[in-house]
Amino acid sequence: MPTPVDRQEVRQLVAEGAQLVEVLPQAEYEEEHLPGAINIPLKTLDAETARRLERERPVIVYCHDYQ
Amino acid sequence: MSPRAASRLESIGFPRVYDYVAGKADWGSFGMPLEGRRGSETRVGAHLRRDVPACRLDEPLHEVRTRVRAAGPDTCFVVNDENVVLGRLGRAALAGADQLTVEQAMSSGPSTVRPSLELDRAVERMRRQNLTTLPVTTSDGRLLGLLERDTAERALRELNPNSASTLSESSQP
Repeated sequence: MPTPVDRQEVRQLVAEGAQLVEVLPQAEYEEEHLPGAINIPLKTLDAETARRLERERPVIVYCHDYQ
Repeated sequence: MSPRAASRLESIGFPRVYDYVAGKADWGSFGMPLEGRRGSETRVGAHLRRDVPACRLDEPLHEVRTRVRAAGPDTCFVVNDENVVLGRLGRAALAGADQLTVEQAMSSGPSTVRPSLELDRAVERMRRQNLTTLPVTTSDGRLLGLLERDTAERALRELNPNSASTLSESSQP
């Protein structure tokens, strides 16, 4: 099960080397995103697109809010 | 959406996946920086006056008045130990009788906005409601600062020079 995290935990994990992934569509990502986040829209998320991520490092996913 | 993405990443084989379920709406509402075309400078949080006087419920009004006047602004926010806004002392309230406490003089529950609010929307609101300032808090009510209308209008003109004439026209009574 993925672990839910809050804002402070996100900051801590990123400071420790976690990767941030916004899973919203590209247009929304380009409007604004968390510093350092990459964009892999949910609709395109598969083993191929996930190759942009390093498996050894933690991954934090997010979208706009509780949707 | 993010829970599905997190589960998918786990199924692909990522061993440490976290889900920031509150997302960028939460991030922005706490005044945290955002990158991208829109960027943080178009948001209220980038244009706050942060040195806003604050006081506690049980303070004598005359002591707060002296402190506030020395600081400059004609308003003071009443906060609790967690810096959550409980009320506001405007110019008239600050001029109240010396024997009053802050709690007796304040207006409760002032309307506030989040730092992630678009600056143009904040300016529209101040014009519509004839406000010179807007208090800005996090989504859990903690005081971040004050958006002053003059500052906000100037910033908006600098961000979008082409709309300057429209803005000044719409600000006329």
